[in-house]
Amino acid sequence: MSDPVLSVQNLTTHFFTRAGVVKAVDGVSFDLARGEIMGLVGESGSGKTVTGFSLLGLVDAPGRIVDGSVKLNGTDLLTLPASDLRARRGREISMIFQDPIATLNPMLTIGQQMLLAVEAHERLSKRAATARAAELLTQVGIPSAEMRLRAYPHEFSGGMRQRVAIAIALLHRPAVIVADEPTTALDVSIQAQILLQMRDLAAETGTAMIWISHDLAVVSSLASKLAVMYAGRIVEQGPTADLLRDPRHPYTAGLIASLPAMTTPGLPLTQIPGTTPSLLSLPVGCPFAPRCDRSSEECQRDPEMTDQGDRGWRCFHPVTRPAEVPA
Amino acid sequence: MSVFLKIDDVSRLFGPKLSTGEKIAAKLGAKVETRSVRAVSDVSLSIRKGETLGLVGESGCGKSTLGRLIAGILPPTSGSVSIDAAAVMENGRKVTTRVQTVFQDPFASLDPRMKVGETVAEGPIAHGLTTKSGAKTYVAEWFERVGLDPVWVDRYPHQFSGGQRQRIAIARALAMKPDVLICDEPVASLDVSIQAQIINLFLELTQGLDLTCVFISHDLSVVQHVSDRVAVMYLGRIVELGPVAEVFGQPAHPYTAALFGSVPKLVLDADELVRFDSIEGEVPSPLSPPSGCYYHPRCPLASDKCRTAQPATTEISDLRAVACHHFETQLSGQ
Repeated sequence: MSDPVLSVQNLTTHFFTRAGVVKAVDGVSFDLARGEIMGLVGESGSGKTVTGFSLLGLVDAPGRIVDGSVKLNGTDLLTLPASDLRARRGREISMIFQDPIATLNPMLTIGQQMLLAVEAHERLSKRAATARAAELLTQVGIPSAEMRLRAYPHEFSGGMRQRVAIAIALLHRPAVIVADEPTTALDVSIQAQILLQMRDLAAETGTAMIWISHDLAVVSSLASKLAVMYAGRIVEQGPTADLLRDPRHPYTAGLIASLPAMTTPGLPLTQIPGTTPSLLSLPVGCPFAPRCDRSSEECQRDPEMTDQGDRGWRCFHPVTRPAEVPA
Repeated sequence: MSVFLKIDDVSRLFGPKLSTGEKIAAKLGAKVETRSVRAVSDVSLSIRKGETLGLVGESGCGKSTLGRLIAGILPPTSGSVSIDAAAVMENGRKVTTRVQTVFQDPFASLDPRMKVGETVAEGPIAHGLTTKSGAKTYVAEWFERVGLDPVWVDRYPHQFSGGQRQRIAIARALAMKPDVLICDEPVASLDVSIQAQIINLFLELTQGLDLTCVFISHDLSVVQHVSDRVAVMYLGRIVELGPVAEVFGQPAHPYTAALFGSVPKLVLDADELVRFDSIEGEVPSPLSPPSGCYYHPRCPLASDKCRTAQPATTEISDLRAVACHHFETQLSGQ
């Protein structure tokens, strides 16, 4: 494999609150190749959003990145001075947020906002910048783009606003886009349109993507590899189809088994007992152990990530592949 | 088929509330918005005792409004809802406790300043299902029934997780001993692993208590799992109705087919190129719905007839109905 565009090693982000230290991201590592889409899956509070924010240096006090490196094309973003990081943010790495109503400025037209984003990184004539903005709007599927540039965010539907946010993220053809649940707030028919477009855009432009989501089905249709987060760490990673067909970590297996599609309608679903632990008081050893039916004495220690080629899991008692059932 | 819950030609309009000034201005010819939205339009449904009806559709299709009309939270503009031949509302007021609702957001639906035990006991005491002195045991029974520890009755909502709060909301609804339960997106705000727990609780309770349910959700896989029949809504109308297996297996309305086609499925085959049959365009504004069939601007089967004439609801079989001029083409094209 060629050198990764993005290489994250041991990323650790803690929040120093009055109640104690919240280990929101605890030693996350992964690589991302050019044009690759990685799905980052987990439940609320698993640290997937904070991981995304940490990559762009967007963590605010009381949070702090306490350890690790984020190498974008070989440069460690975490050691850069703030001004250098700002010069790269939006140009080399950009982010799409969940809520398109909150991310666009209601007082500016779409065109004004897009021009601001262009001018932040490039000196272009107004005409050239407008042409670029219109081109990108067309690319993300917004009809009569030139006219729409003069419209305000409230004149767009939710799906259209998210397309605008995607167009802004794509303005400088960044090497990496971090997308934080960008279709969660949208209807399924609009979500399908956007997923299709994002997949084509990644293939066309060579932009690598980190797609953060709680929805396994969404990422499985988009990402070529997956990382599953639980309590601030990646507990399993690997190529999407492999990982979903043959999950090794009991948490991943439990998540997949609990999907309604996995059970005959009307029958009880397979459920994971208990709830996610508080990040303030994590159990000793493996954080999933208290909910896990495979746990033993050994799970009082913290399992390391195993290295099995392109797959890995953090578990002493991984689920083994069930015997092949002839179809 | 004996009908238990009957929804008879129900419509609900939401119009702007005009101030006196605006009314005068409108009379004088100023531009004042006077159009109203038909959130629910001529909906008729017959639901049997013990049946769970799934109600699906995209945001703005009127599924929550219909839920509120059935629950007696909103009065219908026309039409009526009755349970066991007794009206749910009379003169714009709810006159029965036989229908209760579980709402989407358990963070908003519980009073943060009331102990959860008091929240659950409030309705039953007011309606004489229990006494003030007996409330404690009564509430404890329901807490156990929904899988909560009865010692938690003196806690406040903020001390519970989302899944636990939804259990409290379910206990509050069931403590009223309803015959009909309206669930408005009860698992939408919960995490995947918690979703399964609540769905299982729902299945267990509806079967154990012989409840008749209307289960509203945008998540088709959840609806498929819990419902006996499903109704698909588009812009305030029911476009298709039928047993879950039949509707999901062989949709008769082009919208149903397209909606199901756009749901991402868990892909387990690396070589399989995922394709979505995404629907073109967006849902039109309900303020100015298209002429004829509301779905025709997005429909691959649309003809001239669809642009002018609203399709009537046709019964395909005993339990199945569809509102489309071309449902035969849709059914035979699969």
